[in-house]
Amino acid sequence: MQDIETAISLEGVQKSYGGAKGTLVLDNLDLQVARGSVHGMLGPNGAGKTTAVRIMTTLLAPDAGRVVVAGADAVHESGRVRSRIGLVGQYAAVDEALSGRQNLVMFARLNRYRPASATRRADELLERFGLGEAADRQVKTYSGGMRRRVDLAAGLVTAPDVLFVDEPTTGLDPGVRQDVWTAIRELVREGTTVLLTTQYLEEADQLADRISMLGRGRVVAEGSPSQLKATVGDDWLEVTPESEADWPLFRQKLSKWSSGEVSLVDGVIRVPLANRSSSMIGATAALHEATLPVRDLALRTPSLDEVFVQISGQTALETHHHITPETAGKDTK
Amino acid sequence: MNTSTTPITTKPDGSTSPAARALADTWTITLRDLQHWRHMLGTRIFNWVWPIILMTLFLGLMGGALGYALGGSYLNFVMPGVLAMTVFLGLEGTMAAVSQDSSRGVTDRFRSLPMSGIAVVGGRCIADLLDSLVSLTVVFGAGLIFGWRPDTTGAEALAVLGLLLLLRVAMLWTGIFVGLKAPTPESLGPINMLVWPILFFSSVFVDTATMPRWLGTIADANPLSATATTVRELLGAPMTGGETWFAEHASTFAVVWPGLLIAIFLPLAVSTYRHLRS
Ligand SMILES: Nc1ncnc2c1ncn2[C@@H]1O[C@H](COP(=O)(O)OP(=O)(O)OP(=O)(O)O)[C@@H](O)[C@H]1O
Ligand SMILES: [Mg+2]
Repeated sequence: MQDIETAISLEGVQKSYGGAKGTLVLDNLDLQVARGSVHGMLGPNGAGKTTAVRIMTTLLAPDAGRVVVAGADAVHESGRVRSRIGLVGQYAAVDEALSGRQNLVMFARLNRYRPASATRRADELLERFGLGEAADRQVKTYSGGMRRRVDLAAGLVTAPDVLFVDEPTTGLDPGVRQDVWTAIRELVREGTTVLLTTQYLEEADQLADRISMLGRGRVVAEGSPSQLKATVGDDWLEVTPESEADWPLFRQKLSKWSSGEVSLVDGVIRVPLANRSSSMIGATAALHEATLPVRDLALRTPSLDEVFVQISGQTALETHHHITPETAGKDTK
Repeated sequence: MNTSTTPITTKPDGSTSPAARALADTWTITLRDLQHWRHMLGTRIFNWVWPIILMTLFLGLMGGALGYALGGSYLNFVMPGVLAMTVFLGLEGTMAAVSQDSSRGVTDRFRSLPMSGIAVVGGRCIADLLDSLVSLTVVFGAGLIFGWRPDTTGAEALAVLGLLLLLRVAMLWTGIFVGLKAPTPESLGPINMLVWPILFFSSVFVDTATMPRWLGTIADANPLSATATTVRELLGAPMTGGETWFAEHASTFAVVWPGLLIAIFLPLAVSTYRHLRS
């Protein structure tokens, strides 16, 4: 290993599908993941997450660039990489015709377990992922969440040096999602480095030490979850006046509480707030006193989505924290 | 550090020698393919019986007319052809199984495991050959029940088995290659359709001498005809008047065609499996 502290290193990785003239999917992708950390790769549909994971797991050759995973080159030493990694792909990749138990025994055997130990290991995994009752049914009779659990269990037969999980909890109910997160955290305690891709900010926020935001095949932002949120700046209040004609009055009343420029865009007034709660209370009280008619009032916190929108100009989901002038007024007491 | 949660309690304890692992992994994959039989027993049984259904159809349809022409029974003529057809149809099963695995991501998962590289295809080969052995036994038994009495010696019978399995191995590698290349199992539809003209423009069911000359030549050149005709000779079936160059050298072609297919598709399949998709 040239750098013992780096589990994954990507330098200038290029990939296009359909030949050199095809669509560019990964555009000069750089990524460094420290050993023992959880790295979240966040991006909207089609950002190139799965493509990047397939390259790092030796399933796809990059057109250009260097990929080192667990100390071995993913292109020239793919065998060594494979012996040190685990992969849980985006789509369930278990044998649907076999039962959950048969699948896990098979994957344990292929991970070098002897038959008796493979059976024992399969039982442990079934237990742990709450699949005991369905263990002997064919996987094709499982629900989506159960399938995902078998899939994860199959990826976690041994604790690999580096585990890749492509969208671990897409389509799972909240309870199962927690179980999956717990399983991933336990692996990290065992010393496994985890790279996970996700479209859920909450998931990245919950699990990842560092997040890379991927947009159109390149990293558009990177940092810890709180660093990323900080890059977007302050919270802000969104005020929708009944009538835009009142805008000068609104600006006059609100600028006192604002930490920046009060602006009007598409009939919505944006008031940056440096001191979240007290400024918000002051601003709403001022509007209340002036009896300015307000149609809607919302407190906005920059979410990772906003980081995304801000940085890449791409749209993502938006989170609104709605409050009414009345509840804001009550808070002043 | 929370010591109460140790996810890995049972550790890998198998041999690390590459040869031992290749064997163990091949066996694991073979077993997995055999487990499919149990879970999809209906499909398997249908596949085993399907050649008999086709044969019965042809017996009823053409048995009378062709019986006279051949100066013997159509059953004795058709049975060797049906044996060749049985191994040929194994192609469909191989293609379907391989494309199913690769489109569902199972093949990718195998590829990302530290398992022996030859195990996936090796296991497939063993399981499919076993499947064809069962199939051949079923067809052979049905023939005997229908009143077929092959006239052969032990050595000839062994040669028959060898030729049939050789054709099956050729179909296996063709099937593995096509299955790996197919984007989805559904995309195999048109290729499966191709199986039928290959089957009917051969000497399996009809005497190629009764076809128009140009068609007879094509039919005689068909690898399936080479095996069918050679098996016919070895099993003492009523011989037909194939006069084309291909028919005269049927026994050579029964080895050359499968050999050629294997020489083409084995390396292609292995490199498709090994090499990364681009
Ligand atoms: N085999 C392929 N052939 C051609 N184009 C592909 C192929 N696989 C992916 N693409 C394209 O590459 C781009 C990136 O795909 P990728 O699957 O890596 O995205 P993703 O970030 O994983 O998206 P999602 O969140 O939807 O899973 C997409 O525009 C997709 O259409
Ligand atoms: Mg994806």
